Amino acid sequence: MVTLLYFASLRERLGCSSEEIALPAGSPTVATLLERLRDRDPRWSDAFAPGQRWRVAVNREMADLATPVKPGDEIAFFPPVTGG
Amino acid sequence: MPILRVQEADIDVGRELEALTRGRADAGALASFVGLVRDTNEGHAIGGMTLEHYPGMTEKALSDICAEAQARWDIIDTLVIHRVGRLVPGDRIVLVGVTSAHRGEAFAACEFIMDYLKTRAPFWKKEATPQGERWVESRESDDAAARRWKG
Repeated sequence: MVTLLYFASLRERLGCSSEEIALPAGSPTVATLLERLRDRDPRWSDAFAPGQRWRVAVNREMADLATPVKPGDEIAFFPPVTGG
Repeated sequence: MPILRVQEADIDVGRELEALTRGRADAGALASFVGLVRDTNEGHAIGGMTLEHYPGMTEKALSDICAEAQARWDIIDTLVIHRVGRLVPGDRIVLVGVTSAHRGEAFAACEFIMDYLKTRAPFWKKEATPQGERWVESRESDDAAARRWKG
């Protein structure tokens, strides 16, 4: 299992702030996880469609599609940051 | 060690900068930056905003940014205090302070910390406008400012 977190506009759009899901078999990465999320329904496939701007962090470090994920990881999806 | 805080309360700039320099007679320079809430953004009137962040990652990101500043410049200490929650125009959002022996390093490191904070620290602003609330979009100019420090 991994913990997924969603922040800001992405959280509102998906109607979800956190969830736990099982990892795909094999050597899962952020990309394989994302494929699973996109397969859920149009809300998810639209939010993560090509051209949508979002970022991902794995265990609180900025990551990308190729970043491997393992059981127990905390994976966060969010829009580009706007602090300061 | 950097002083890093995320808080809802207002920032007492004088007190925080005093604490940063207290007992550091080797510091000949203190550069600081204060970010404020504007009353307009991209032509819209702003009545206020709500800032949210990613607890746990925010502190780590700020710590990493300050460590990188320490590695790049000969500076003594750094301070970053960022507010979250509900803010109105005129409110302070962020305070960055850097001490060093001479001013050049403190000025440069302070600007670097702000540029990296704007693009790497997980904060998000939601503005209240007369047309309703809307999430602030990130700006290409902020990405460009952060890229200046590469290489």
